[in-house]
Amino acid sequence: MDLLLRGGRVIDPSGGPDRAVDAAHDVLIREGRIAEIGAGLAAPAGGRAVDVKDRLVVPGLVDLHVHLREPGQEYKEDIESGTKAGAAGGFTTLCCMPNTDPVNDGRAVTELIARRGRDAGWTRVRPIGAISRGLEGRALAEFGEMREAGIVAVSDDGRPVMDAGLMRRALEYARTFDLPVVQHAEDLGLSAGFAMHEGPVSTRLGLQGQPSPAESVMVARDLELTELTGGRYHVAHASVTRTVELLRQAKRKGLRVSAEVTPHHLALLDEACGDYDTSCKVAPPLRAAVDRDSLREGLADGTIDCIATDHAPHSSIEKDVEFGAAACGMIGLETALPIALGLARDGTISLSRAIDALTRAPARLFSLEREGVGTLSVGAPADVCVIDPDETWIVDRDKMRSRARNTPFHGREMTGAAVLTLMAGRPTWDPLEALS
Amino acid sequence: MTTAERPFPHRHLLGIAPLAAADLERILDLSERFVELHERPIKKVPTLRGRTVINLFFEPSTRTRVSFEIAAKRLSADAINVSAAGSSTGKGETLVDTAQNLMAMHPDVIVVRHGGSGAPALIAKHVDAAVINAGDGTHEHPTQALLDCATIRHHKGQIAGLEVAIVGDIEHSRVARSGILALAKLGARVRVCAPATLLPPGIEGIGGEETAARVRSFYRVDEAVEGADVVMMLRIQGERIGGAPRFANTREYARFFGLTEAVLRRAHPEAIVMHPGPIQRGVEIVPEVAEGPRSVILDQVSRGVAVRMAALYLLGGPEPGAEGAGAGGGG
Repeated sequence: MDLLLRGGRVIDPSGGPDRAVDAAHDVLIREGRIAEIGAGLAAPAGGRAVDVKDRLVVPGLVDLHVHLREPGQEYKEDIESGTKAGAAGGFTTLCCMPNTDPVNDGRAVTELIARRGRDAGWTRVRPIGAISRGLEGRALAEFGEMREAGIVAVSDDGRPVMDAGLMRRALEYARTFDLPVVQHAEDLGLSAGFAMHEGPVSTRLGLQGQPSPAESVMVARDLELTELTGGRYHVAHASVTRTVELLRQAKRKGLRVSAEVTPHHLALLDEACGDYDTSCKVAPPLRAAVDRDSLREGLADGTIDCIATDHAPHSSIEKDVEFGAAACGMIGLETALPIALGLARDGTISLSRAIDALTRAPARLFSLEREGVGTLSVGAPADVCVIDPDETWIVDRDKMRSRARNTPFHGREMTGAAVLTLMAGRPTWDPLEALS
Repeated sequence: MTTAERPFPHRHLLGIAPLAAADLERILDLSERFVELHERPIKKVPTLRGRTVINLFFEPSTRTRVSFEIAAKRLSADAINVSAAGSSTGKGETLVDTAQNLMAMHPDVIVVRHGGSGAPALIAKHVDAAVINAGDGTHEHPTQALLDCATIRHHKGQIAGLEVAIVGDIEHSRVARSGILALAKLGARVRVCAPATLLPPGIEGIGGEETAARVRSFYRVDEAVEGADVVMMLRIQGERIGGAPRFANTREYARFFGLTEAVLRRAHPEAIVMHPGPIQRGVEIVPEVAEGPRSVILDQVSRGVAVRMAALYLLGGPEPGAEGAGAGGGG
């Protein structure tokens, strides 16, 4: 169906920071692709025109870090429910971590995930392959064949690559196939037994803490290895001040390094665990105010490239237990956009940077711009997110599209929501029934 | 016993943190009435007749479980002990399941001991009964702090203005946390002492300004004990220490952090020595001191029953405002 989005505020950072579009424009979509952007465009013959005045029209959002739990843990989430949640959050591309059961460490599982994603049809699904076979931190997984089957990066996420020798070879082997290596940076010796961030709050609650250097000592080591190997290194869910400082230095030096930050590390502090609320238990843990402030600063100045949710669905089996016994992780796809818009509203980052961090920037890191993801350029697939920046709504964990309910934002008021999501011109989220 | 007739402003006793100084004093005052009861030939009052108290213990305990059981029985409540093994890890019955199953039997009070910090709070969210925390992980052990305060008050007359040294494995001690909070709220000054590996960050501020102004940390036991009115020793909680080691061995630990007669001589001449038990003789305290004239360790145990009676009475007693409540012949 051809479609004209009329009179929205088009924000497309894909031209780069200096040439980003930010203007009232019409967007014409023909045969699933962006056909034209400009003023006073005519509605396509036989197609539809939708008035999007006062709305933001941006590229479909891109998330480099989600857990869709399929295959193997479908009781928490599956590709259908997870991608549906993504569409509702404004996302059109999700990169899913390999810690499934079986692990995505070879062609067969990669193909399965990619196919199930296509069949579900709610978002593009781009799998991330394991670094080590079975996530066991010993043998390398089949980067080459997984690349052919569609992976966009490698990671042992959930587990760090502790062995420096293996990390070195992973960076080199991934370089061979032009894949970024995504590290869950956590020194297991420093984080042993942790339930939350180590500090006054963990002391008060009597919960085992992990200190900030549990992350940054690993990042420091990896940056040395990145320099040695010339590989592409990406820090998953950066959470502490020192990580931001190390990345800033490394970028200045010209290393091929990048990082993501989650909405929850931008929005919440370790104090949120104060009532033993297990929905706030996450790895890396929610940190101190100084860390959150550094993350915001790093996001603003580009040291941290993008926002990624680390959407990690769990059921009540993992979460309705004592804090120490609860699984780490929280869902994030349906709350990421309003949190990012909130940072723009309060002046922490610009609105175009907020959109950039959810579209162009992540697409580039995993080379997704090659398939036209993260842009509204003419000729690109019409992956579009239309946002009502002023809509206020209350997060209700019982009404999420995700199968899981483990959100720390339950009951919170949010401002800003995706009101129309298009993937290749087809509506995947249309709560106002603009196109029905 | 008019103090007992006012409704207690808390539904549960999950920790010392949520309590005001007045709440603590109320429990202590009431416990003194119950201490008098211990002296009588018939030690039982009918106050909680018909009420059911479940002692739900997920960790092994002799002292605390027996203390709660005797407390409940002296108040004429029906006390049932349930020993449950382990914690919920996705297999078998979860803590919430267990609590809800017990709830279906309509207890009035559930006393919980659990290895996980916050477990009693989780149970309290899922049951209608009053929940008393009998020790959760490394978080709080409020009735222990209360019985410690009752013991100190008995021997020292009052708590305000005292210097109290707490020496031992502070990081893994729920007794230390509850003790720091209670003592600071009641106006004492607290010195905590441990090797740096067992002193968790921010321990001085666990009760906000209230404790930050009254708690200081020490690495040297002789400095911590210097002039102290109360010396409270804690054992090393080996079973809770994971990851890298925290000290070389118990011999060296005893040498630098153990309470000997020589160290005790640095305290105030009238100082009392306390220990929540179980004692590791020769590690944190030498037998001569544990059994010496300054030791009030067994007195702590007997006051435990009275304090727990007070807690059970205030939380499991008649509804607020009900007539004829009275702590029976307690007063």
